Amino acid sequence: MTTYIFKRLLEAIPTMLLLIIISFLLMHAAPGGPFTSEKAVPAQVLANLNAKYGLDQPLWRQVANYVWGIVAHFDFGPSFIYKDRTVNEVIAQGFPVTLQYGLASFVIAVIAGVTLGVVAALKHNTGIDYAAVATATAAHAMPNFVLAPLLVLVFTLWLGWLPGGGWEGGELKYMVMPVIALSTSFMASIARITRSSMLEVLHSNFIRTAVAKGLPMRKVILKHALKPAMMPVISYLGPAFVTMITGSVIVDMYFSTGGIGRSFVDAALNRDYSVMLGVTILVGALTILFNLVVDILYAWIDPRIRY
Amino acid sequence: MFMKEEAAVRLADIAVKGRSPWADARARFARNKGAMVGLFVLSLICLFAAFGSHLTEFTYDYVDFGLMGEAAEKGAPSWSSGHYFGTDDGGRDFFARVVQASQISLAAGLIGSAVAVIIGTLYGAISGFVGGRTDQVMMRIVDILLSVPFMFVIILLLVMFGRSIWMLFLGIGMFSWLDMSRIVRGQTLSLKRREFIEAAHATGVSSGRIILRHIVPNLMGVVVVYASLLVPIMIMTESFISFLGLGVQAPLTSWGALLSEGASQMRYGTLWLLLFPLGFFVTTMFCMSFIGDGLRDALDPKDR
Repeated sequence: MTTYIFKRLLEAIPTMLLLIIISFLLMHAAPGGPFTSEKAVPAQVLANLNAKYGLDQPLWRQVANYVWGIVAHFDFGPSFIYKDRTVNEVIAQGFPVTLQYGLASFVIAVIAGVTLGVVAALKHNTGIDYAAVATATAAHAMPNFVLAPLLVLVFTLWLGWLPGGGWEGGELKYMVMPVIALSTSFMASIARITRSSMLEVLHSNFIRTAVAKGLPMRKVILKHALKPAMMPVISYLGPAFVTMITGSVIVDMYFSTGGIGRSFVDAALNRDYSVMLGVTILVGALTILFNLVVDILYAWIDPRIRY
Repeated sequence: MFMKEEAAVRLADIAVKGRSPWADARARFARNKGAMVGLFVLSLICLFAAFGSHLTEFTYDYVDFGLMGEAAEKGAPSWSSGHYFGTDDGGRDFFARVVQASQISLAAGLIGSAVAVIIGTLYGAISGFVGGRTDQVMMRIVDILLSVPFMFVIILLLVMFGRSIWMLFLGIGMFSWLDMSRIVRGQTLSLKRREFIEAAHATGVSSGRIILRHIVPNLMGVVVVYASLLVPIMIMTESFISFLGLGVQAPLTSWGALLSEGASQMRYGTLWLLLFPLGFFVTTMFCMSFIGDGLRDALDPKDR
């Protein structure tokens, strides 16, 4: 296993390089640049700006410089729009916020989702099952750009319990609504996948054996059924975890949490390519890392799996 | 020689006709009440999308200038005015718009999930089954595609091919299968070490046949349920792509676009602009989820 993990980490290097190059080229190919504007900019000014950010060099040179900056100095370059900030600073400011509410949402979504799914599977085709599936479907179908303003309407405007937005260093009352808005649909997906996979496991022979030899049901579920039933859930959770901790644009916009989702949208609207690249690379690195974690978990769940 | 053939024919007559797993599944699906109701309601929604435009005298792009900007005062749904679902802020009949939006959204949801099911399942099953280097390369490609900013791929498609409804479906199809392929691969990794796969290997079944006949049927449960979860995600993706300019543009619209418009005007007293599209959207999701669970129950090869 250690060799495998080591090999995978080595493999991550060319994958990341490829991702950086593809993203760089994509952004280069997209029309317009950070200095395109409505009013005509004198050619000399544009040339100077391009020279300052190295945009006048041949493409391969730009890519090479960018990659070298990351490898040698962990430097993702300056932001094109905010002249006094580097990409590292933009990410360092937004990421901790996103990470906090993302992790909280993840924990809640997993606990609530798995519980709901297991209960539904155990009470298959009963009222409880239908109620659980209906809850999950409703939660999944509610788009978060409807849920977010609805939460503000109820908890802030009507009840006045919670502040309508802001972050204040992650105080609990500022976290409640972002976490609800973000975790709801993930919770629902987890519940549905858990239910379906749990049903499949409950019909296998080894569960029948476990029940037949007189093990208490609680033990059968927790010790025998839950672990194999988690396979597809964990596949889903790899990318979902990355999505959650790198934040939601909707949450950042409705609750002004100042997370990285907001930075990404601002960067996209302003064509701040360096910030976009930085966020892309962060997402890519996390995706590769957590898909490795998922593969390791597979082998832990099902020791027959060999890579 | 003749005798032999005749005997064979007679034997075939006597032998109990084997039930194919698909016929079995169909029968079990038909017995599932929730799934049948879901299928019925979904068919009604599809009929509504296909023929709803004949039920109203207005077209989706007709603007009543007398009602423009006065949706809250004069645009409420009413039978007498013929605006069954009211009018929107632009003075357009909302019923006609919802009908037209249903066409786009149903197509986006169904095509996106279909691509996910076909490509995602095959890709994931091959990756997991072949394993080794192939698996590593195939999954790293998925990792890269998962991380590349979707928005830029869409913008690039727009620049290269211009706006068209086909580009919209291409954009949706390109990304819808990624998560599915990871889920399927995970299941395949576990399945391929089972005894029945080993038995198939031992009796000389080819790899392609093992994947199609033994691996894929055992994956169907998870695939179907995840596909039904993908439908709302695809419908929302469509509205995001359209927002970027690759998909449909006003006055053409979709559920996602109507929902976000309706949500942004929640406080101005035009709640019907949110509730009608939300109602259709949520109902469709309920149908999908009951059909999905019904299919899962029907397709589970162990549950008979």
